[in-house]
Amino acid sequence: MEKWSHMKTNNKLTHSKKVKSNKLKWLSYPYILWMMAFILIPLFMVLYYGLTNKDGFFTFENILQITESMNRKALRLALELSIASTIICLLLAYPLALILSKMQMKSNSFIVLIIILPMWMNFLLRTIAWQNILEKTGIINNFLNFLHLPTLNIINTPAAIVLGMVYNFLPFMVLPIYNVLIKIDKDIVNAARDLGANSIHTFLKIIFPLSMPGVLSGITMVFVPSLTTFVISSILGGSKIVLIGNVIEQKFKLGTWHTGSGLSLVLMIFILLSMAILAKYDKDKEGTNVW
Amino acid sequence: MAENKLIDLINITKSYGDTVVLDELNLYIRENEFLTLLGPSGCGKTTTLRIIGGFENPNKGQVIFDGKDITNLPPNERKLNTVFQKYALFSHMTISENIAFGLKISKKSKQYINDKIKYALKLVNLDDFGNRMPDSLSGGQQQRIAIARAIVNEPKVLLLDEPLGALDLKLRQDMQYELIRLKNELGITFIYVTHDQEEALTMSDTIVVMNQGYIQQIGKPEDIYNEPKNAFVADFIGDSNIIASTMVDDRLVNILGNNFSCVDIGFGKNKPVDVVIRPEDIDLVKPEEGTIRGRVTSLIFKGVHYEMDVMANGHEWLVHSTDLCAVGSEVGIMVDPYDIQIMKKPESEDEQAVEINDSM
Amino acid sequence: MVKRFFERFYIGIILLFLYAPIFILIVLSFNKSKSRSKWGGFTLHWYKELFQNEDIINALYTTLIIAFLSALIATIIGTTASIAMSRMKKTPRTILLGITNIPMLNADIVTGISLMLIFVALNFTLGFSSVLIAHITFNIPYVILSVMPKLRQVNPSTYEAAQDLGASQIYAFFKVILPDIFPGVVSGFLLAFTMSLDDFVITHFTKGPEINTLSTKIYTEVRKGIKPEIYALSTLLFVSVLLLLIFINRRGAEKKAPNRLV
Repeated sequence: MEKWSHMKTNNKLTHSKKVKSNKLKWLSYPYILWMMAFILIPLFMVLYYGLTNKDGFFTFENILQITESMNRKALRLALELSIASTIICLLLAYPLALILSKMQMKSNSFIVLIIILPMWMNFLLRTIAWQNILEKTGIINNFLNFLHLPTLNIINTPAAIVLGMVYNFLPFMVLPIYNVLIKIDKDIVNAARDLGANSIHTFLKIIFPLSMPGVLSGITMVFVPSLTTFVISSILGGSKIVLIGNVIEQKFKLGTWHTGSGLSLVLMIFILLSMAILAKYDKDKEGTNVW
Repeated sequence: MAENKLIDLINITKSYGDTVVLDELNLYIRENEFLTLLGPSGCGKTTTLRIIGGFENPNKGQVIFDGKDITNLPPNERKLNTVFQKYALFSHMTISENIAFGLKISKKSKQYINDKIKYALKLVNLDDFGNRMPDSLSGGQQQRIAIARAIVNEPKVLLLDEPLGALDLKLRQDMQYELIRLKNELGITFIYVTHDQEEALTMSDTIVVMNQGYIQQIGKPEDIYNEPKNAFVADFIGDSNIIASTMVDDRLVNILGNNFSCVDIGFGKNKPVDVVIRPEDIDLVKPEEGTIRGRVTSLIFKGVHYEMDVMANGHEWLVHSTDLCAVGSEVGIMVDPYDIQIMKKPESEDEQAVEINDSM
Repeated sequence: MVKRFFERFYIGIILLFLYAPIFILIVLSFNKSKSRSKWGGFTLHWYKELFQNEDIINALYTTLIIAFLSALIATIIGTTASIAMSRMKKTPRTILLGITNIPMLNADIVTGISLMLIFVALNFTLGFSSVLIAHITFNIPYVILSVMPKLRQVNPSTYEAAQDLGASQIYAFFKVILPDIFPGVVSGFLLAFTMSLDDFVITHFTKGPEINTLSTKIYTEVRKGIKPEIYALSTLLFVSVLLLLIFINRRGAEKKAPNRLV
């Protein structure tokens, strides 16, 4: 008799466990609703506006706006500058990440914090700070004048924009690379040396390939914001430098949402393309972590 | 005979900050020897290995290899290879590429490398694994590839840092035989680090027992087992009964009030000593036939033997026997004089550096 | 030896690059003269002006409220979502995580305009609420990103063990799961707060004419010509962030210390 009731209780437990784990799924419903309302549907709105004209008819003309000379130039310039700044960021960040990863444990997190600290300053203020430095009457030129050297005319040129991009996004390139480097087992490096590899060989054949996930992550985190920025170009470029971000912002300011959306769709295609290319190299399907 | 010294460690001292890990360590290793550094965690065995490999530099002392001072030589210029504890396979390369790594650096020809890879894979019984990636292999397989990768470079010495630690028992035992076979087939010197005394006893030609940075004893496995030089070695290797006793005179020792004949001489008259008796060397006989009488307090069947605790003269004796005596029965303890090992009582904790006794 | 020197030199140059502009701002905040390059003497005048500038103070206030509220709500939604997702089967979870990544991978500007479009389509007036909703939206992924790894670390059987011992679901949640993942929740909240403070683009598109956050206020000021009050503001922001980071760093060190006793 006792055995029977024991079995019955067991069944109850398993049965109620099943019901209970279903209950937990309810926790995700607020998020799913929110996501649909504010992520998915808005994107469809962009798709809708991009593919229709004012009268509501389907059209490609918004997307084709990209072929118009001004827009083409803006996109091209944005691509050139963002690729340039991504490369510069990579060249600057990689050695830094390498050096940091070799440092002792104590000063470790402190140094990392020091690198992150500027990131926590307001994005606009950081960019404005460079405006100060690069201005015709700015710090650099005053210093050069003092030395009777010719003034440097960087402000309002593409170089200033690249400088602004690199300055703002450098930490985003350093951190992912650093995070991957410190996770490399020290014995892997020891093994390479044990088998006869010198420092350069070890770096090229072992460390660099193993750091690729971090590099790809860093590239993503620098390229996309650079490509789509309009703030950096408006603050450091005056009204002379027009990037695709500026164009889109203008369209929306003027109320021409259809054109704006169409151009945004083109931009999104570029973003998706670059992600796809990078994803091909990234074997880690969990996604990339910055922190 | 101190000939064929392949590696000579002279007065090696190593500290990390304030902690002294090795203090004036002296050790030499002969060609074709299977030498094991054995000891508990923190005894300095891994540090010693890493100093030989070049991954650590000693604060003081020299490392002589084949007559040359290699103390400051970086690892990639030493003619040794290491098998690491966690295998350290290159996860972004195939098995073949892993194995070929060292050979490519030595600029061997493509044909040579391919032949070597085939040979190495065959040697470790993983013939068709060349194109697989390390992560797709089991622990035991990864371990064998790590060994293959090291030996293809034909080093004179192979360093192994607790390579079998992460494997389960059966696999570990199989790998132990594999390693012995490899050593004999390749004819190279193995320097092995482990904390597992059974492993050391199974595979080694020479065991170096270490504790707290000092060498406690060096010798063949049988000697270390049968004639431990101090309480630490006796306790670390195998089970043992270690009893504080008094050496009455040569060949006579008083254990817990009863006199036993033994075979050691030179320990003085009426001097305090430590006595080591292995559990399997104790014979349980009828109470009136034993040198000491006692009572069985516990009995556990261990498969290979019965393990019994016998309370006699205030001391709980550990006994291994294939015959059982029931709990509560009165028994007599008999020990053959050859099986009583006498050890000096140490002055302080187990920190006495032992003179290297070359009894070979 | 030489290598070490170069390594330190390199770090030094990078740090100089990162901090020079900020220090210049700080110095200029004490500059009597409005000029950007001539030193006119030390003054705290601009700090006074700053606190008297209603517009800027309002913008700061708005920024802090939005950051706090959006981070809070995002943390609640994000944490519950993470817990739910950790119990899902692989496919639905991968899909949800994929959609979660969209705001982070997508360009700010696209997120901004898409939100603006839907607000307008719903005849929702752009103002405080629209900004708040927008901030919550881009904050949730960061919370999920902080909480999910913590959930993976936590032993799933502890939850079942609690139930086995008689705990109701809610009780088990609050007493077992939540404390375990709490560090992840906190760091998610802080991350969301930071992201919200710093945001410009998304706020720019969803704010409407009435309200301003600090970022949008600064942007409009830049177009007119810099006021030194902005420098004072920068200095104060920098100092507070520095203090915050030092505080967090110390706290992190303290947390580690107790473990040594065990």
